[in-house]
Amino acid sequence: MNNDTFKLGGKEFNSRFILGSGKFNIDLIKSVANEGGAEIITLALRRANNGGEANILDYIPDNVTLLPNTSGARTAEEAVRIAKLSREIGCGNFVKIEIIPDSKYLMPNNHETVKATEILSKEGFIVLPYVYPDLVIAKQLESAGASAVMPLAAPIGSNKGLVTKEFIKMLVEEIDLPIIVDAGIGKPSQACEAMELGVSAIMANTAIATAGNISQMAKAFKLAIEAGRLAYLSGPGRVLNKGEASSPLTGFLQD
Amino acid sequence: MKLNGKQFPLPEAVTISDFLKSQNYPDDKVAVELNGEIISRTKFKNITLKDSDEVEIVCFVGGG
Repeated sequence: MNNDTFKLGGKEFNSRFILGSGKFNIDLIKSVANEGGAEIITLALRRANNGGEANILDYIPDNVTLLPNTSGARTAEEAVRIAKLSREIGCGNFVKIEIIPDSKYLMPNNHETVKATEILSKEGFIVLPYVYPDLVIAKQLESAGASAVMPLAAPIGSNKGLVTKEFIKMLVEEIDLPIIVDAGIGKPSQACEAMELGVSAIMANTAIATAGNISQMAKAFKLAIEAGRLAYLSGPGRVLNKGEASSPLTGFLQD
Repeated sequence: MKLNGKQFPLPEAVTISDFLKSQNYPDDKVAVELNGEIISRTKFKNITLKDSDEVEIVCFVGGG
């Protein structure tokens, strides 16, 4: 797999597993990142408490690229503000745009996301927009300077799997940017299936964080993502509507 | 002043840098917005907070 690196925002990664750091104890981040082989980890920005509280940056391995999200933003303007504050902390210029006005299904506002992508990419950010998989929007994101498109598989945190599969396939075929499936992937098999479609990477958080053994599940995702990637690169075998023997039918009993 | 949306008594003017230290914020891991404007870390020592200011101090937390 060494010659199959994942190129994103001018960097090269050996791993195609982007790990979300929410919903689990920061003490576990190192082992989860190591077991999952994750080289990119997402973070959120929130008001800081005084009094020397533990900071998540102290728990993330040094080789990891940080991907702050703009969670909490309901408009492009709010996302831009969060992105700029995040960059000021000094951990690079990657940003995952997440603009969510809906608190029930957590559906992103695709149009505001295009606006924020345009603004932030002009300001030198590596912009990874999280969207509902819509081909027209994805093309607009491409023109707006996005470095990847992050379509949702199912609602955030739902673990429902690859519900939007047919629409993600359109993006893989038509969009000349890495497609990173984000949100909703609940099991390694679903991550594998998405990779088999030809997406470039998988982002998962809740599937890991709500697993019984968090670090082990991270490893399961790593293996599934690698398997799906290899299968994609291999070119899946064809499908028939009837049987075709795998063993030779001649040369012995009925010759 | 108003700190992260709440009133915070500021008896005397103090630099951002000294304020962060006195309140035990890790100044290399936070971003500061003063009256709506993001303040670069290199200016923490030069800019003084006043009681009329609105300040946001933010940091990274776990998120997906």
